[in-house]
Amino acid sequence: MHSKQEHKLKIFWLQGLTCNGNAHSFLNLEYLEELLEKIEFLYHPLLPAKETLSEMAKCKTSCDILIFEGAYDPSLKRADTFVDTMLHYYAKKAKYIIAVGTCASFGGIFKASSPQTNSGILFNEEQESGPLQGYSAKIINLSGCPVHPEWLGSTLNMIVDKHPVVLDKEHRPKELYSSLVHHGCTRNEYFEWKIDADDFGQKEGCLFYKQGCRAPMTHGSCNTILWNGVNSKTRSGTPCFGCTESDFPRTDLFETKTNMSIPVDAPLGVPKRAYLTLTGIAKTFHIKRLEEPLIDYKNDN
Amino acid sequence: MARTTKEERKNGIISAALELFSENGFYITTIPDIAKKVGMSVGNFYNYFSSKDILAKELIMYISEYLGKNIRAINESDASTQEKIEQIVSMYFDTAKERPEMIEYFLRVYLSNREVFKDGCEGMICVSPFITEMMIFFENGVASGELHDQDFFSAFGLFMGYLGGMVFLYGEKILPEPLDDYKQSISENIYNALKTRT
Repeated sequence: MHSKQEHKLKIFWLQGLTCNGNAHSFLNLEYLEELLEKIEFLYHPLLPAKETLSEMAKCKTSCDILIFEGAYDPSLKRADTFVDTMLHYYAKKAKYIIAVGTCASFGGIFKASSPQTNSGILFNEEQESGPLQGYSAKIINLSGCPVHPEWLGSTLNMIVDKHPVVLDKEHRPKELYSSLVHHGCTRNEYFEWKIDADDFGQKEGCLFYKQGCRAPMTHGSCNTILWNGVNSKTRSGTPCFGCTESDFPRTDLFETKTNMSIPVDAPLGVPKRAYLTLTGIAKTFHIKRLEEPLIDYKNDN
Repeated sequence: MARTTKEERKNGIISAALELFSENGFYITTIPDIAKKVGMSVGNFYNYFSSKDILAKELIMYISEYLGKNIRAINESDASTQEKIEQIVSMYFDTAKERPEMIEYFLRVYLSNREVFKDGCEGMICVSPFITEMMIFFENGVASGELHDQDFFSAFGLFMGYLGGMVFLYGEKILPEPLDDYKQSISENIYNALKTRT
């Protein structure tokens, strides 16, 4: 009879060019201890692991799941070994390859440092031209800057439990990325009536019109699976930067790009003509309740 | 003789009402006047519009949709922004010549009798198709690098205020030359005022 230890899925967490943000984010997973009873890290940059990176760099063993964090840089070495060599060796052996974070998924911020050479492992921005094209069928992209711990935790659980992981065309699990960050935003009533937020950190107003919010055109579940179980950027009054998309990072993240006061980008899938028609009509009306502060800190005592 | 459809009779009322309202004013024109002009009984008129105020709102929506449809065709063409300005000016002036009651109604009834339109036709509600197409025209112009990025209403007021003023002068028979003679110079003025600044 096999021991429980032998049934654990073996994971190698390999890093490309990275800020460690995804590795740190994963430490916030509420049920990390329970998950670690079902998986085993052969190597993780922060968690206790069975092997050292130097051992893994010898490319003598195999893993069930290869997790790659950071942008792919063909010249990068770790433990005196090209990351590219380890990436290809373990990619061939693994049943699943998970790109955690936007850098590993599409190139992200670390592609910007050397756009000619760096990319994600499968995608280079929206083009499927990364170094692991040959392993496309087993690659799952968990984009985000960083990845939400629950997105990685639930994907690993799906694999452990042998649930099929249904992916979108950019290889992101539909369970986590099929809706937009806009869904579940507590500011949706302000979006409906086109009432702007004047500044960051306010309870009132929508951040789409002036503050650069990309939630209506960004795939992700930040407002339905909250961060640390309590909050999201838009709920706290900061615009969504669209960090799960292949065009991240964009420039001027705190500004909504407009032409003649008209947003350049309409909500995803909404024809601009339809959007402008609704906007114009909604702006005609003034809803007093929504134009006033929710709490008047000077007089509501 | 072929029977006219309900839609055709409705359009007949719209045309007659536009002419009477723009010639005689909103308050002087009565429902019996409109019914008489289209050759129907007053009772039958109410099968189409339940009040004069509702007819007034339908008329402005009809004009907005007419202008919006024409500007949309221009927006969807491959023309440059400068050419689109010429086409919008030309379309607007042609409308003023061929269907003067439409522009007259807009200027003399809609803009001058706000109390009629304050409930249910305020803001963008009844002019949305027209304004939306102008928004798309301006947005496309900036996106293509041909127009200077500025506040929408600053640009809109310059464009449509200018055209409205010229049509008003035309309606008052003040213009010394035919309206067509002004198309080119006005298009140039609008383009020069709105184009990208170097």
